[in-house]
Amino acid sequence: MLQLDMDIIVVGGGGAGLRAAIAAAEASPTLDVALVSKVYPMRSHTVAAEGGAAAVTLSEDSLQSHFFDTVAGSDWLAEQDVVEYFVQHAYQELVQLERWGCPWSRKNDGSVQVRRFGGMKTERTWFAADKTGFHILHTLFQTSLKYPAIERFDEYFVLDLLVVEQRVAGVLAIRYSTGELVQIRAKSVILATGGAGRVFHYNTNSGIVTGDGMALALRHGVALRDMEFVQYHPTGLPGSGILITEACRGEGGILLNKDGYRYLQDYGLGPETPLGEPRNKCMELGPRDRLSQAFWQQQKLGLTGDYQGHAVVYLDLRHLGDKHLKERLPLICELARDYVNVDPAKAPIPVRPAVHYTMGGVMTNIDCQTSIQGLFAIGECASVGLHGANRLGSNSLSELLVFGKVAGERAAAMALQNDFVSHQSIAEQTARQQALLSVLQGHNTDDSLVAIRTAMTKAMEEGCGIYRDADSMQYCLDHLISLKQRYQALKVEDQGKVYNNALLQHLELGFGLDVAMAICSSALARKESRGAHQRLDEGMTTRNDTEFLQHSLAVQQQDGSIDIRWQAVTITSLPPAQRLYGDCGAVNEGKTS
Amino acid sequence: MTQTIVIARYNPELDEKPHQETYQVQSDDNTSVLDALQQVQQQDPSFSFRWSCRMAICGSCGVMVNGVPKLGCQTFLRDYPVGLVITPLSNFAVEKDLIVNMEPFLEHLSAIKPWLINTAEGTQPHVQTPKQLAKYQQFANCINCGLCYSACPQFGLNPEFRGPAALALAHRYNLDSRDQGKAQRMPELNAKNGVWTCTFVGFCSEVCPKKVDPAAAINQGKVESAKDMIVSAFKPTGAR
Ligand SMILES: Cc1cc2nc3c(=O)[nH]c(=O)nc-3n(C[C@H](O)[C@H](O)[C@H](O)COP(=O)(O)OP(=O)(O)OC[C@H]3O[C@@H](n4cnc5c(N)ncnc54)[C@H](O)[C@@H]3O)c2cc1C
Ligand code: SF4
Ligand code: FES
Repeated sequence: MLQLDMDIIVVGGGGAGLRAAIAAAEASPTLDVALVSKVYPMRSHTVAAEGGAAAVTLSEDSLQSHFFDTVAGSDWLAEQDVVEYFVQHAYQELVQLERWGCPWSRKNDGSVQVRRFGGMKTERTWFAADKTGFHILHTLFQTSLKYPAIERFDEYFVLDLLVVEQRVAGVLAIRYSTGELVQIRAKSVILATGGAGRVFHYNTNSGIVTGDGMALALRHGVALRDMEFVQYHPTGLPGSGILITEACRGEGGILLNKDGYRYLQDYGLGPETPLGEPRNKCMELGPRDRLSQAFWQQQKLGLTGDYQGHAVVYLDLRHLGDKHLKERLPLICELARDYVNVDPAKAPIPVRPAVHYTMGGVMTNIDCQTSIQGLFAIGECASVGLHGANRLGSNSLSELLVFGKVAGERAAAMALQNDFVSHQSIAEQTARQQALLSVLQGHNTDDSLVAIRTAMTKAMEEGCGIYRDADSMQYCLDHLISLKQRYQALKVEDQGKVYNNALLQHLELGFGLDVAMAICSSALARKESRGAHQRLDEGMTTRNDTEFLQHSLAVQQQDGSIDIRWQAVTITSLPPAQRLYGDCGAVNEGKTS
Repeated sequence: MTQTIVIARYNPELDEKPHQETYQVQSDDNTSVLDALQQVQQQDPSFSFRWSCRMAICGSCGVMVNGVPKLGCQTFLRDYPVGLVITPLSNFAVEKDLIVNMEPFLEHLSAIKPWLINTAEGTQPHVQTPKQLAKYQQFANCINCGLCYSACPQFGLNPEFRGPAALALAHRYNLDSRDQGKAQRMPELNAKNGVWTCTFVGFCSEVCPKKVDPAAAINQGKVESAKDMIVSAFKPTGAR
């Protein structure tokens, strides 16, 4: 086993992790920052984000308005002090990226251009064509190369946190290329491991988005907050789930059912907007939860179309014209051509909802600190409290930057104050993991990793989908418990050490099962409908602020089961009100903001 | 339908050298090479390869398909009715099965200072017109997949050659109206393993899945390098 000491460990090389590593290196160049990632940083899932990043930019826009949209979008479950901090700092972070070279799209006068995005009242989404995440990630990665303090541990897989008396002491990782176990001691650790979309069957996420960091924290007693809120994106490609960005609708794309009818007007998002004149927060630019729910309703009415056995609706971009499409949505043109054989200038793209984003995550305070001293969490794996019950598209890329910076600076301050724990105090934990690993390899007779994983993702799709009820969730939870038992008997079939992919998949499945249990248990406990969590049970189909204006906290028990606790929501200036869009929304906003 | 594919396998702990194995996979019109590799992994869990986004943007899944560098997730079985042979990316050391050592690639990338060099402080964005953006935008689209290195005969002969993607990235920053670091990057471009190693075969641009056209970047880089060397020849030594 290899032993190393680093002042700060950042687990994750996506947008959040890179931003934090840079902030830490800038805060104190004398500190060693380890950037540990199971893939090369530029392969991280941030690379796939298409649409853009939000910040108040235009003179007619205001911080209050961004605050209102985010809180209303969250169905009043966002931490309002966190939202305030966020909207105040987002612009500066996007400018910072610009100054590091990010190729933001521009207006003719050379200023930064902003586009419409779902649920946002005003244009405030910065974009770099339709490859925003790609450009953000590469800009951050390339910028990180100039800081000698940042040492990369590429393709190191973190399998456990080292914790001594509620203080973080480092991590244990496997070096993928050699199979070696590596113990890294540190004074502070930042989790930036991304979401958990892969625990569902149809999803827009990269293969590596398996909930690792959430499970790492959960296993050490940290609560996962608001896990029942899982965002379905209304426009994934059938089969693969590959994302067709919301920016398509921001540019004026429309959604049609199998009869060519713009069905969203029937679900409180109308009236129908004229073709080529998209209106913020109306029709196709309503929030994601509402759009995905409308799909489900249409499917029940038999009004969806069919694409190779998948129920679909149609995203029509034809009226935008070939030239505009190639200029503003080049990636979408490529994806549609490659994966469903459609030229969007000539035919509508078949789409269906797919799991996209985990609103919940490792619970932190506004400083990104978890309940374990020295342990921070940021980005999609965290719940700092920005998204509540539903995330607005383009808030999360800005979140990575705003809170990545906060965590990097805090972790640096903490590392300057603290010392390493003794080797002795972490020896036992390390030995236990070593022992666990040593008995993992072997042969399976009648079970397989793929069988368990598929059963999990299907169970989640059926039990914790767009609409939920007590019976199907209970069935899902029971199923997950039995899958966990099967998992415990499962062996890793690859006996080798070098690039043992089967071993990593095995560990990821273990993380995924824990996270899935937390999602399902939280969903069962929330006996109301709010944001992305919609129930069909009697008496639970509407929002119930009297009982549930609260965050759920999922805490893992000794026996692996999940206990649910509740935490009050911080409300500073915007008391709960009805969440309305379309024409009704315009009235509603006039009243409350 | 069932299709046969041949894959190069190599386990450094057991095999002396790579060998080829044949597998049967299920395919329809939308089956990608990546899908096929995943099916093979289900048949044999010890099979290793890299992938992540499955939408041609993360740059993980480069392999040779019938001798040509391709992204597995963007290459479809439907286009290979006579069959496929899948091998690891050429010109990189094979670590296991289809996994190659990407470290040299990352070293070359880092060597050319791929970040915006501009000492001015400021709290507002720079002004950059769409025209100025268009000058470098194409070269900023590189996903670091490494296909161009597998296509490059010069890199095959001389692994010290900075190579297409790194040189294109240097050019990207040199062309950026906000950047002032060209003078710092030119020595690397002028050097023995810089732009002049390229003999303009152009295969790199042909295989590039993102139309970055690294060959054009290198060619333009040669013009810049020539100018730079003439200028520096007239400067007293030690001036730079
Ligand atoms: C297709 C798509 C499009 C999107 N578009 C937008 C958009 O337009 N606007 C917007 O605001 N948001 C968008 N989002 C959401 C946003 O992209 C993500 O929430 C965000 O990128 C997550 O970033 P992250 O840094 O938290 O994690 P990631 O980018 O997922 O990075 C996670 C990192 O953690 C590492 N890691 C994970 N587990 C381990 C482990 N066990 N050991 C070591 N390392 C580990 C990984 O290697 C990786 O480097 C989109 C999401 C998807 C799926
Ligand atoms: S230039 Fe093209 S082929 Fe080369 S690494 Fe970049 S994207 Fe890949
Ligand atoms: S899997 Fe990301 S490029 Fe192919």
